Amino acid sequence: MTYIGTPRSRVDGRAKVTGAARYAGEFTAPDLAHGYIVSSAVAKGRVLSVETEAARALPGVLEVFTHENRPGTAWLSGNYQDEVAPPGAPFRPLYDSQIQFSGQPVALVVAEDFDTARDAASLIRVTYEAYPHQTDLHVQRAKAYVPSKKRDGIDPPPPPRGDADAALAAAPVSVRQEYSIAPEHHNPMEPHASTVIWEGEGKITVHDKIQGAQNSHNYITNVFGLAKENVRVLSPYVGGAFGSGLRPHHQLALAVMASLALKRSVRVSLTRDQMFALGYRPMTINTMALGADADGGLRAVQHEAVASTSTYEDYQEAVVNWSGLAYRCDNVKLGYKLAQLDAVTPLDMRAPGAPLGMFALESAMDELSYKLKMDPLELRLRNYAEIDGNTGHPFTSKELRAAYRQGAERFGWSRRNPEPRSMKEGRELIGWGMATGIWEAQMQQTSARATLMPDGTLEVATATADIGTGTYTILAQIAADAMGLAMEQVMVRIGDSSLPTSPVEGGSWTAASAGSAVQAVCYKLRDELLNHARSMPDSPLANASLQHVTFTEGRIALRSDPARFVTYSDAMRAGGHRMLSLEQTTSPDPNVQKTYSSYTHAAVFVEVRVDEELGVMRVTRVVDAVAAGKILNPKTARSQIIGGVVWGIGMALEEETFTDHALGRFMNHNLAEYHVPVNADIHEIDVIFVEEEDDKTSPLGVKGLGEIGIVGTAAAIANAVFHATGKRIRDLPITIDKVIG
Amino acid sequence: MERFSYHRPSGLDEAVRAVGPHGKFIAGGTNLVDLMKYDVERPNRLVDVARIPGLDRIEPLPDGGLRIGALVSNSALAYDERVQRDYPLLSRAILSGASPQLRNAATTGGNLLQRTRCYYFYDAGTPCNKREPGTGCPARTGRNRIHAILGTSEHCIATHPSDMCVALAALEAVVRVSGPGGERAIPMAEFHRLPGDRPEIDTTLAPDEIVTAVDLPAPRFPRHFTYLKLRDRLSYAFALVSVAVGLEMEGETVRDARIALGGVAHKPWRVPAAEALLRGRTAGKEAFGEAAAALLQGARGFGDNDFKIELARRAINRALAQAAAGKPQSVADKRIA
Amino acid sequence: MPGISASPGQLASAAALPVSRPADGIPITLTINGTRRQLAVQPWTTLLDLLREELNLTGTKKGCDHGQCGACTVLLDGQRINSCLALAVTKDGAEVTTIEGLAKADGSLHPLQEAFVEHDAFQCGYCTPGQICSAVGLLREGHAHNADEIRELMSGNICRCGAYPNIVAAIEQVRQDGGAA
Repeated sequence: MTYIGTPRSRVDGRAKVTGAARYAGEFTAPDLAHGYIVSSAVAKGRVLSVETEAARALPGVLEVFTHENRPGTAWLSGNYQDEVAPPGAPFRPLYDSQIQFSGQPVALVVAEDFDTARDAASLIRVTYEAYPHQTDLHVQRAKAYVPSKKRDGIDPPPPPRGDADAALAAAPVSVRQEYSIAPEHHNPMEPHASTVIWEGEGKITVHDKIQGAQNSHNYITNVFGLAKENVRVLSPYVGGAFGSGLRPHHQLALAVMASLALKRSVRVSLTRDQMFALGYRPMTINTMALGADADGGLRAVQHEAVASTSTYEDYQEAVVNWSGLAYRCDNVKLGYKLAQLDAVTPLDMRAPGAPLGMFALESAMDELSYKLKMDPLELRLRNYAEIDGNTGHPFTSKELRAAYRQGAERFGWSRRNPEPRSMKEGRELIGWGMATGIWEAQMQQTSARATLMPDGTLEVATATADIGTGTYTILAQIAADAMGLAMEQVMVRIGDSSLPTSPVEGGSWTAASAGSAVQAVCYKLRDELLNHARSMPDSPLANASLQHVTFTEGRIALRSDPARFVTYSDAMRAGGHRMLSLEQTTSPDPNVQKTYSSYTHAAVFVEVRVDEELGVMRVTRVVDAVAAGKILNPKTARSQIIGGVVWGIGMALEEETFTDHALGRFMNHNLAEYHVPVNADIHEIDVIFVEEEDDKTSPLGVKGLGEIGIVGTAAAIANAVFHATGKRIRDLPITIDKVIG
Repeated sequence: MERFSYHRPSGLDEAVRAVGPHGKFIAGGTNLVDLMKYDVERPNRLVDVARIPGLDRIEPLPDGGLRIGALVSNSALAYDERVQRDYPLLSRAILSGASPQLRNAATTGGNLLQRTRCYYFYDAGTPCNKREPGTGCPARTGRNRIHAILGTSEHCIATHPSDMCVALAALEAVVRVSGPGGERAIPMAEFHRLPGDRPEIDTTLAPDEIVTAVDLPAPRFPRHFTYLKLRDRLSYAFALVSVAVGLEMEGETVRDARIALGGVAHKPWRVPAAEALLRGRTAGKEAFGEAAAALLQGARGFGDNDFKIELARRAINRALAQAAAGKPQSVADKRIA
Repeated sequence: MPGISASPGQLASAAALPVSRPADGIPITLTINGTRRQLAVQPWTTLLDLLREELNLTGTKKGCDHGQCGACTVLLDGQRINSCLALAVTKDGAEVTTIEGLAKADGSLHPLQEAFVEHDAFQCGYCTPGQICSAVGLLREGHAHNADEIRELMSGNICRCGAYPNIVAAIEQVRQDGGAA
């Protein structure tokens, strides 16, 4: 092993810093036409008319598609399901006159060039019959319900254990509060786009902004009844997604529809404001109660969440389950309900569910620590969970204790005066807060192909994506190590539906899943090469078995005498191959899945400085100590955590999508008024990776890093704001008005 | 976007003749193109004034002031040595706004003419009296975090978003304009207007008039000044509340004061009576508090933005303290002095 | 300079009838990454769309199309601007440098490009060309003397992946090495 575990610059770095990397909306074709979407102004109702004459009259306009003239294709709602769709009837673009959410596409203008499509779209007049709508979760929560059908991959809350009501009533110290989080939008920098290249004879190649090319591939073939071999989906570069690219979106369906109807290449790119109609992190209201002994032992945990969903799908995520496993407690009652809004279906957003539930739990733990007059870190250690209370299973690994210790030490936590308002510099109150982060460590079944080329270089391939996480780089590291090659000799191909099967890139599972598959297929390739090498006439490796040889620098050599070797090329030739290509599928160990729980953990420590009078807050220092198994590439891994922490800062202090409930519409649908952190908001972020050996989650020992950085961070910031000011703010984001209010 | 014709005149007179009733002048374009893409501005003709000679200079005036050509970019103005030395309030206000890219493109004249900020005004899918007179103002009962608390009308509660203009108001700059009827000078206080029952009109500039320059009076507040801007993130965001202050001090006594508020009204907000209250008073909480109260007299919130009244009061107090102490707010160091 | 005018037709009323597309567009000259180009553009085409859609220079990104994100940052006559808000026709005669024009002809990267790779100053890469062009402008302007000033003067470039600490480190390194240009 020479690459795994060492800091490596991204193999796709040069392409990204030179502008050579092309994203979905940047591919072109000689006959490319451009689509522009017209969106609904009402939240619920029906389209009475779409006046398209003025648009059609604009020279260069090719067609205007509406529900009245859309081409006939397979339009059953079941055909619109996708790999990560929640239960329900997915939205069908231009299906009929019904409006289900504000911003729903009601027409697609296709023109010879982008400007013409855009300008023609502004000439379209739509009239509606508006129906009464409801977009306010505070109103709809009265009608909250337990979803009747569980969403695949999302565990519903576990059944209650012990008697949480009685234990809470009997607990000498308790906290009971409501914690809510505003709706948020992903806002990746790259707008969602699909470029459909018409290849002729019913074949299309689709460049889609998607976290799993095969998810879009299946969606297209199902929706349009196309043969699988006639569709290829590519997503080699994804300009951020954070979950927004898990599901195929309406711009994909519309672009394909137009391309098939017009028999020419079509691109549909969304505008920034249209992106707000793709989905969002659901607004969530947590009711959280903790009961404890006087010495801090947790006696009861009650956590119920109500989250928004749409009228047509029961979107679900794990919000409350964390409260049943984060700490040791015998009496736990968890509940999760949905409330329907006349809005688009929510959409998985970085660490879906976890930062919402953990904001509630970790804020409540902080409140409890003050009631107990106990250090917040001490309270957490006092209730350290050695097993997963939800299942009773042991953890595959859990070095959270070390994370607490190392994080606290680096941060200087022991110097903290617990008294709120006790630290001040100049006009600023200083607050130190901490919280725990948890996220699932998962591995998914994934296939990979390895091809040894005639020139001795290696290509590894699987359909997954790199949304900025560093997939290209870690796969090159893994393959290079497995085959004893230099990273430069490894070509990684991903983001292509025609490659071996891979799930969407999400859930922090890609390193463990695609990484394990690549490693396994490389190992299989080694076996094959050794077999060929052994069978060569007068082979120096004639009697060697795997443990007797090394695979380095393109040679299979005897451990005992490295001068005796066979090159990979010679071995291939001996086997009668010009090149050698193998495929392998890896799956998580079902026995591990049945008997263990696997999670990544983090301890996040935060310093905020608050100008109390003016409500101005600055997050001046963050230490995030992460236990995530093996770290493949400390450089890109650190970036993942920094990114997650920046998201946590945004969630804590800035991010909120405002709905006008009278109009049923998101109103700050732009990057000027939907605030994400800018450079000036971000200061020192110190990442610690705690040593953690995990031989069960995945063959690589990897647990994943994409989400863990955000989980707990917002809670730590809220706790720090309390420590600074003595003011407990329980609804995110913590904006100026709440601090001075 | 609606389609338009493009005209590039060789001089001011030609520009004014060319613009027509539904035309617009374009220079930096940072706000106009933005609004055209949202189908908010729909000119049938753009008259590109960016190359008109003579308007891109900063020149001294006989009275010791400065004349800033309408085409001077926000960056050039903010970093001009004379401006940094003699009008640091203006420099810092400009540097508190937008981004370096926008400031490089945006012009002095364009900054004066940027349209008010409001979620609804910018969203052609909603009613708005400013965009489509007579359709109503959903902001009053809807989402109005960023909206005005002063000088509102039943027709409009949008806010003027400029930082530069807040400083210009405090500095009592004069806007020079040119039109078919010749030239005229408009004091900053009269340049922007309140929405009243004509919210579609932001300024007192006639449609065929063009801003040619801004005149700054002789420097007055080189030491006792500040521009304090409070917003929802630490940079690249519009002000929730901003305060421009210039003081003339004699020891601890305020000889004269100019205060303008941003983010709270349809125009930079000045109340001369509040400034008068400070004259001859000892700099301190009592006097500052009275000035703040006078500035905010009649302020009202609409729900989301209720907090702005108290925030503005505090910001005024702090800004006056900063200015009196000669400790102006830094742009890059985000600690509030 | 004589005024030029391209009038595809007057509107009868402000919003009713569309102006048709001038057949050949308005002739302009731009020097893009050192190459002088004679182009014909529609008045409503932004510099960003001209680069991306007509010249296939897709390194310059469209993130918001409204000057709110900085992904479209290019250097116009050496100054960083948002190309999404610049109508191409208004920039006749200008020199434009995009991300594609920063590396040398021999393929060697600009010091900022090198530093961005070395410091892992990006993840998805979509804001990166804008960040780098912005940083080139920043160093030329010479107003950033410390990390706080870099942060403030790079705040017009949003990175949703949150690579800010690494972006600052990359720029700070090049600044200290004096490798602007």
